[in-house]
Amino acid sequence: MTTAEKTATQSEEVLEQVLTVNFGPQHPSTHGVLRVVARIRGEYLQDAEPDLGYLHRCFEKIAEGWTYPQIVPLTDRLDYLAAITNEWAYVLAVEKLLGLQVPERAEYIRVIVGELQRILSHLLWMGAYALDLGATTPFLYVFQERERLYDLMQLVTGARMTYNYLRIGGVKRDLPPEFFPLLEKALDNVLKVADEYQALVLENVIFQARTKGIGVLPPDLARQYAISGPMLRGSGVAWDLRRSEPYSVYDRFDFAVPTGQNGDCYDRAVCRVEEIRQSARIIRQAVAGLPAGEVRAKVPAAIRPPAGEVYTAIESPRGELGVYLVSDGGPQPYRLKWRAPSFVNLQVLPEIARGAKVADFIAILGSIDIILGEVDR
Amino acid sequence: MNLEAFLTEVKSRFPGASFEQAGQDWVLRVPAAEWEAVAGYLAGHGPRFDYLSSLTAVDRGDRLELVLHLRALAAGERLTVKTDLNREQPEVASVTGIWKTANWHEREVYDLFGVVFRGHPKLRRILLAEDFEGHPLRKDYVDPRRRKVEGQA
Amino acid sequence: MDLIHAPFVPGVIQTTVDQVINWSRKSSLWYMLYGIACCSIEMMATGASRYDFDRFGLIYRGSPRQSDLMLVTGNVNLKMAKVLKQLYDQMAEPKWVIAVGSCAVSGGPFRGSYNMVDGVDQVVPVDVYLPGCPPRPEALLDAVLKLQRKIMRPQRQGVAS
Repeated sequence: MTTAEKTATQSEEVLEQVLTVNFGPQHPSTHGVLRVVARIRGEYLQDAEPDLGYLHRCFEKIAEGWTYPQIVPLTDRLDYLAAITNEWAYVLAVEKLLGLQVPERAEYIRVIVGELQRILSHLLWMGAYALDLGATTPFLYVFQERERLYDLMQLVTGARMTYNYLRIGGVKRDLPPEFFPLLEKALDNVLKVADEYQALVLENVIFQARTKGIGVLPPDLARQYAISGPMLRGSGVAWDLRRSEPYSVYDRFDFAVPTGQNGDCYDRAVCRVEEIRQSARIIRQAVAGLPAGEVRAKVPAAIRPPAGEVYTAIESPRGELGVYLVSDGGPQPYRLKWRAPSFVNLQVLPEIARGAKVADFIAILGSIDIILGEVDR
Repeated sequence: MNLEAFLTEVKSRFPGASFEQAGQDWVLRVPAAEWEAVAGYLAGHGPRFDYLSSLTAVDRGDRLELVLHLRALAAGERLTVKTDLNREQPEVASVTGIWKTANWHEREVYDLFGVVFRGHPKLRRILLAEDFEGHPLRKDYVDPRRRKVEGQA
Repeated sequence: MDLIHAPFVPGVIQTTVDQVINWSRKSSLWYMLYGIACCSIEMMATGASRYDFDRFGLIYRGSPRQSDLMLVTGNVNLKMAKVLKQLYDQMAEPKWVIAVGSCAVSGGPFRGSYNMVDGVDQVVPVDVYLPGCPPRPEALLDAVLKLQRKIMRPQRQGVAS
């Protein structure tokens, strides 16, 4: 046997072998500190088992020792790309326990900043996902836009990322008058970026080749795994808590719930880009219908909800964000469970990645849109 | 069929169960021995609770309470199901066979509360390291690293 | 031991060589792409169009073996601490660490809880501490400038502002 023949046999043997490959927790494509133990045979994935916990920060335990208002800024750090929706889910739970009526103006302001947050989060996803697939330019495009929106959020809340803006019973302060013209301009820009992204990325043949038919999630499997958010809608299930279980004042706005047909990575991407347009629509309606009045209800200085429990869920950019809050009548929650959409959505990864090519694995993982702060809590 | 009628039917089938309305939500309490059977029944009958939003536990001091939050996507119904577990040796049948999503939720409850789920395909710690000792979300958990400085702060 | 931690016996020519070496080091700080938590989003923002890390010679690398600078952008827990140490060990000398954000500096709001390492300096040596939750991109740039100043004057203790 010649050396060349030997090498050929050896490489064939390697192709037949199942290799266990470690991926993360430090890897540019895991969007944080996810670790995946993959078993590959040649170019194909046999299994991909996520290993969590590299960002477990004991949130639920810490919350049991802090008072109700203190926890609001702590929730910002969970899903740090959508801090407002975290705060919202939490204050909604406390308000329900207290039986508190929030002023209407505050509800509208929450919708405006909440939808801005959804746009911000989806923009980052668009950039990061294009980066995952090898396109650097969209990343810089979306960050340009995000910076403008950050300026806007900063005008309202005083911070760029972790806002601490919502309060139990309302919001911290009213929107400043100079906010509205800037918002109008920013929304125009966002819609432009969404169109650009559509033309530049979604309609790009390379992008389509990398995402169409990849990571297909059938609707039945999605229900079995309790998938929510754009991932579920990408599989064709029109389930959006803003529509099917309207909280706050979402029943007053006219917006569409975009759905996909094939449940592949491409459909999920299309859903997210379309949601940006719908969010802009909601914001415009909320600004037009913004009622006058207070932005904060009268709340006692020491918040002690009556003993009881409540489960509230809102639609975060990633899906159903649920808060299960148990009170024993004291100043601190007895138990606070965070039903994180990323945690639940990530669980389906081995199912939809099995049998995929190694290169497609990044496309599949990216399309789930996980935030490790929320997965690990 | 409304939810109350369905829950009455569940109660007639599983005599140990009881239900009540708390606010807008319905809460069904079942004995731990019937946990899996009731769950299977809820998933396949009446409004069909096919969507498990969350599975978690609460340490009530004298017992561990296991809590399911269910949805029926088509009917738009919501239901909370609870059972009480012995605090010393908490053990219950796994519901991963009914809702696949229960897998990680149960691992998390095992990790942070120490509840053992019989029949779970891979019951291992999920958030904490394998060599971590104790179950920190229990109320009586003491961090061994902090015990020394207790009382100083 | 590298040149920075053990400089030559001072002499006119040698100090000048030191200066040149340090200047080249500080001008091409390649940082490891290692985003842990919230602060990593601000790190990405600093690398992107408005703030532009590249102006300071900072380019991200995916692998620790090609990096000079580790930005610890988030809290380190017991499970992560082992990985962090391993990554630090894989980086080639000379190497620097910036603890970005309150969590990396001291544990931040999560300080003292059951799974946390209160401050990354318990695991790896830290050159610049940058508080903030998360620090703004301007602050991150300032921390990098402070580190560059420190690289230029290794014999000085602390950093002159």
